[in-house]
Amino acid sequence: MESRFTRIVVENSNTIVQMWIKEIDSLKEVNYTATISDSLYDSTNREFAEVIFTSIRNQGSTNAVEEFSGKIIKLGWPLSYITDGLQAFRRVTTDFILSQSEKVDTDYFSNVLSSVNHWIEPIIRQLVNDYTGSWENILSLQRVALQELSAPLIPVIDGITIMPLIGTIDTERAKLIMEGLLQGVIKHNSEVVLIDITGVPVVDTMVAHHLIQAAEAVRLIGAKCILVGIRPEIAQTIVKLGIDLSDFATKSSLKKGFTSALEITNRTIVDLESKEEKVEKLIHLLQGE
Amino acid sequence: MTPQSFVTVYKEWDIVGARQIAREMAKELGFNVVDQARIATAVSELARNIYLYAKEGQIHYEVVETMNKKGLCVRAVDTGPGIKDISLVMQDGYSTSGGLGAGLPGVKRLMDEFDIQTKVGEGTTITTTKWVRL
Ligand SMILES: Nc1ncnc2c1ncn2[C@@H]1O[C@H](COP(=O)(O)OP(=O)(O)O)[C@@H](O)[C@H]1O
Ligand SMILES: [Mg+2]
Repeated sequence: MESRFTRIVVENSNTIVQMWIKEIDSLKEVNYTATISDSLYDSTNREFAEVIFTSIRNQGSTNAVEEFSGKIIKLGWPLSYITDGLQAFRRVTTDFILSQSEKVDTDYFSNVLSSVNHWIEPIIRQLVNDYTGSWENILSLQRVALQELSAPLIPVIDGITIMPLIGTIDTERAKLIMEGLLQGVIKHNSEVVLIDITGVPVVDTMVAHHLIQAAEAVRLIGAKCILVGIRPEIAQTIVKLGIDLSDFATKSSLKKGFTSALEITNRTIVDLESKEEKVEKLIHLLQGE
Repeated sequence: MTPQSFVTVYKEWDIVGARQIAREMAKELGFNVVDQARIATAVSELARNIYLYAKEGQIHYEVVETMNKKGLCVRAVDTGPGIKDISLVMQDGYSTSGGLGAGLPGVKRLMDEFDIQTKVGEGTTITTTKWVRL
């Protein structure tokens, strides 16, 4: 029975494709953005139809399907393009086979339905799998990217390291910050670590707690932590929360924190240019006399 | 944009969503930057308590207006374990989770009005409001 239906469909593929494309075209206006050009939409639809028929002819070969899904994913088209297209194909094909048959009873009808489903299902399964695979892939890449961003350590000069924090701190990230700090302090042999929270939008008791613990851990391995970049509104909320940062060295800006880190490491910044200027002025003065 | 009137909290990242809405509403209402930070932080505390102690609940937002003032009312609702001794949890430093224990007393200080309704085994509702300073 199924091979007979296959023959009907394959022999009349042109008619079916035309009917199908007409249905699909009516979907474009409702579903998809106008940014897809008509010619691209048209050629993709024809390719889609070709893929479906290849799959029917080869009884579920998935090579062509895989290639096609890769292309649609690259184009960034929604999954609904594929599912809608296959639903439309199911409707059109069922109607067509029924219209070609003389006697239609319930048995016959259910045979037609099950054959058509049999063609469509492996295609849907493959395409949906490919799509979710690509989403999961993107998600895990983003997770890795986020993790790399989550606790960066910059050794600026001997003994001084900066950890600039940007964005929300959740428990996962708080853990990474702690680990990164301790490893970094040991690796770079830091005496002072500046934690810059300029880019942290909210400092609630959880974030404060983690920062306090991190500073304490850094102190235990023999280095010093300075918290910098505390915006005025953050300073005020920390005070209202009743959080005691008195054991924690804090500075309003990274610049001030860095200066104090230099002092701790017995260093100071010398402005070479201004000295030269002073000498020049002195020479000038002397020459003038 | 019509303000969303509540969010459900059951994952840690819902806390971020909850306070973002609070901050946006606060900004729109004309709160200054310091008050926006206070409200966002208060919502963060309440949402985290839901996540930690009740597992699931909601943060509701409401713009309140009287004759001569307007403000933002935030309500944290959960059907978790409830709180046995309110005066205890309102003490600075009291925590059953090894936290700082500064959340609830902190929220009370950050906001203008603060009320807890709770029953052991039934849940907790905390209602808190901040008025726009004119
Ligand atoms: N929604 C809640 N349901 C049940 N218990 C709560 C809830 N919120 C707070 N608590 C209790 O109150 C205590 C104090 O809360 P809080 O001041 O936020 O400090 P922390 O969260 O750091 O412990 C918590 O440790 C917990 O036992
Ligand atoms: Mg808390």
